[in-house]
Parts: sequence; structure tokens; C-alpha cells
Amino acid sequence: MAENKSLAREFSKGIIKENPVLRLVLGTCPTLATSVSVTNSIGMGIAATLVLICSNVVISALRKIIPSKIRIPAYIVVIASFVTIVQMLVKAFVPALNDALGVYLPLIVVNCIILGRAEAFAGKNSVPASFLDGLGMGIGFTFALVVMATVREVLGSGSFLDGINSLTRLFGVESFTGFHNILSDPIGIFIMAPGGFLVFGLIMALANKVAEGKGKPKAELGGCAACPMAKSCALIDSKDGCPSTVKEGSAE
Amino acid sequence: MIDGKMLKVSASPHTRSKTTTKSIMLDVIIAMIPSLVASVVIFGLRALLLTVVSVAACVFFEWAMRKFVLKKNCTVGDLSAVVTGMLLAFNVPSGLPIWMLVVGDAFAIIIVKQCFGGIGQNFVNPAIAGRIFMLLSFGQMMKWTQPLAGIMNLTGVEALTGATPLVAAPEELPSMLDMFLGVRGGCLGETCIAAILAGGLYLIARKVIRPLIPVSYILTVAVIMLIAGKGDFEYVARQLMSGGLCLGAIFMATDYTTSPINTKGKIIFGIGCGLFTCLIRLFGSLPEGVSYSIILMNVLTPLIERATTPKPFGTPKKEKKAKGETA
Repeated sequence: MAENKSLAREFSKGIIKENPVLRLVLGTCPTLATSVSVTNSIGMGIAATLVLICSNVVISALRKIIPSKIRIPAYIVVIASFVTIVQMLVKAFVPALNDALGVYLPLIVVNCIILGRAEAFAGKNSVPASFLDGLGMGIGFTFALVVMATVREVLGSGSFLDGINSLTRLFGVESFTGFHNILSDPIGIFIMAPGGFLVFGLIMALANKVAEGKGKPKAELGGCAACPMAKSCALIDSKDGCPSTVKEGSAE
Repeated sequence: MIDGKMLKVSASPHTRSKTTTKSIMLDVIIAMIPSLVASVVIFGLRALLLTVVSVAACVFFEWAMRKFVLKKNCTVGDLSAVVTGMLLAFNVPSGLPIWMLVVGDAFAIIIVKQCFGGIGQNFVNPAIAGRIFMLLSFGQMMKWTQPLAGIMNLTGVEALTGATPLVAAPEELPSMLDMFLGVRGGCLGETCIAAILAGGLYLIARKVIRPLIPVSYILTVAVIMLIAGKGDFEYVARQLMSGGLCLGAIFMATDYTTSPINTKGKIIFGIGCGLFTCLIRLFGSLPEGVSYSIILMNVLTPLIERATTPKPFGTPKKEKKAKGETA
């Protein structure tokens, strides 16, 4: 019973409470770059989630074999393999998405969410917990991307789900190409970089309000366990806490 | 001989200035009235409509942000939102749809001003940030309305659009007198140089602003344009009177919050604004660079302040460390 409860928590924490983009401020670069249209962000979110789940599971399964001194290169090799697989799949089945995401698809290799979860979670926890953590974090990433992209696309381009048929084509639906002309004069700044930062900041503020309004503790990136100084730290797990606790906002 | 007042002992300060934020802002509003009148004469009653809507929107957003979101004391009474609203309306062409101006007002007040802590805390001038927001978003910001299309021109839709004097062909250029009086295409408040200068002189006479920033700004542009125009004074005069240079130099670059405090800093600020305006006008892809150059110098203001902080009297000079000396 207790086991199930904690597994459920590993899954649900990634959605709002420890949302990788909005609360841990990881993966900012692909977020700003791909949240221009909802279709792109759904594609990016699914691709990153697949890589995240697979790499979390494999790294968790290999965690007792990988020597800790070379764990980062080992993680990168695992992650890069899955990114290559996902990129080949996208190129073959959704070429339009491959063109739209451009360099950001191969750049999932160095996405800090995926490396961060491998380092902070998968390298220390069991396979089922790592699977659920990857799934939850992936859904949280996709959710944040889609929320941002909805605001930016509707206000900045005046459309919603534009070009969605490149994704739904896989399921045989081709006729629906999204809503157009929602705004006759779109506010162009929202699809530019400054608009991206603006929407990102406002949604981050909102997510902090939602997560803290319920009296939940502030997001931490794994506490002492994830700290690089953990081995030589005298204050480890002491009640006073350490002076440089990795709190939200400082994690990158 | 000795009355009660002289025997009272009180802690300093002993003399108080009657100047308040409200009185300063009121002076700025008075200084903008000539430009408002000129814009109504040149562009019709729609100019007044845009200004009134913009002021109302700014005051509303300020009130709503303070009351419902930040839950702090209401700062509508200091009139700073009114100034922002008027300035922002002066920065749009008269054909601009009203909702676009309200979006610009919302950005200026909610994001740039209140999200950073309200009056005195904004890192760039809200009116300029609002103008740039609209400039990047709406193509209508670059469609100038033809002047003197009739005072009852309330819709702005039928108004003709013409090129700004900065990019117009030589034969389409308005005469020098027309440019000084503002009978040309442009934003509401920027065309009538005479009215802007009158407002600027009022502000200087009332000691609301010191003339350092406007003078160093305009002089820098004049000198650079004289060199670029190979000594052609008519070219220089056109450059000085076209675009938002005078409006920006007098009303926007002199914003207390976002410009340096002391003399040296103000001159550096003015020269920087002039330099970037000229660089954008001469080499950039945009016809106009006043708002971008002022916002850039706004961001640089903390650095200018740090470099020009005066040394208190009597404190020793910082000695440079001699070479090879080990501390």
C-alpha cells in the first residue's frame, strides 16, 4: 500500500509540484524555441517524453553496473542512442515535424531535464519508480510546452493547432488542419523571442502561485542526495539543512 | 521679538520642498498640453479620443493591478499613470485601432511598471516599452496618417497614409516650416516641434527637468548628422525635426527613474542616446531609432550611475597598486 502511494507520487510530482520547466527551470532553451506553435510543442513533448522514459528505465537498470566516476558519459551514451532512434522515427513518419523542430530534436541529447532526471533520480531508484518518474516529468514538460504554445500561438499567429494534420496523419485523420483567423490582427511579438520570455515568466509565476498556494513545500532538486558535495559534507541530512541547499530557481 | 516659532526645537529636516510626485507629474501633463492641442489640430479629434482612451486604460490597469493582484496601496493619485497614458498615445499614428493602443497600455503598466514594483522601480520607461511592444506586433504602427484631413476625422480609416519624412523621396518632403509646425505624417505627439519645445521650456523653467539630457542628445545627433550629411545644414535640420527625436529627448529620455542622477551621468546618457539613434537611422534597417536607443540607455543607466558616482569630499583617492607589489 505504502509502496503504491509513493509510486503514484513519483508520477504525479512532475506535473505541477516539480514541473521540470515551470518549477525546476530546466530545459528552458527547447521550451522557448519550440513553443511557437502547439503542434510543434506536442511533437517535441512526445519525443522528449519517449527519450526520458526509455533512458530512465535503462539507466536505472544499469545503475549498479555503471561506475560512478564515469556515470555522466555513460548516461549520455544511453540518452544519445534513444534520441537517435526517436529522430529516425520522426524523420520517417512525421517529416514536417522534423523540419519544424530542426536542431532542437537532436539537441534532446543535452536536454537538462533528461540528464537531470538520470542524475537525480534514475541513477538511485528502482526501475518501476524511474519509469513513472520519467513518464510524469515528460507529461509535465509536454503540459508546460502546450500551455505556453497555446498562449503564444493564439495571440501571436491568431491560429490554434495549425498544421496538426502532420501529427494526426499517423492515425488516418488528415482533413483537420487547425483553427485559423482567431485574431484578425495577431500580436506579433508573442511568436518572437521577447514574447516567449514574457509568457514563460508569467506562466512560471502562475505555477508557483498554484503550487505554493496549496501549502506544498518548495520544489527541491533531490535535496542532499543530488548535491555534488554530498560525500564530503558534514551537514548531510542534518536538521539545520545546508546553507547552499539546491532550491527552486537556482537549479540549472 | 521672540515668538513661539523660534523657540521650537525640532529634528531635521528643517526646510521642506513642496514638490511631490503629484506636482511633478502635473507639470509634465501641463507641458504635454500644447502637443495634445497641436495633434488635435493636425490629425483631428481622433487624436483626442486616442489620448483619452489611453489615459483611462493606464489608470484602470494601475488601479486594478495594485488592488487585486499586488494588494498594495493605490498609486493612481500620483498621476504617473496619466503621464504614461498620454505619452503612449503620443507615440502612435492616429489611424491605429483603439484596442491595439489598449494592449500597449496594458503591457506598459502591468508588465513593465507594476510587475517590477510600481513607480520608481521600473527598469525602462513604460511608455517606450509599450511603444516598442506595439511596433514589434502591429504593422499599423508604421502607417502614418496624412495631416490636416479634417478635424472631424474620428474613424481614422479613410485617412491616407504617407511615408515618414525619414524615408520619403526628396520631392515628397514637407517644407521646413511645415515640419516645425508639425504638418506632416507621423505619430500624434511627435510632429509639432514647436509645441514640444514649448512644453520642454516649461519643464525647464519649472525645474522639473534639467536641460542636460535633451541638449546633449540633440547636439550629438546634430553633430553626427552634420558629418554624415557632409555639412548640409538642411539635412541636419530635417533629421532633428523628423521622427520622435524631440519628443523622445524631452519627455521620455528625462524620466527620473530610468536616467542617471548626476550631471556627468546625464551627459553620458544623452550622448549615448544620440549615438545609437544615429547608428540606427544611418546603418540600421529601421527608419527610426529613437525608442530603441532610449530603451538601450535605460538599461545601461545603472552602469552609468556606478561609473559616475561622485567621491565624497575629503575621502582619499583610490591609489593604484604599484606593479609587483604584493599585498
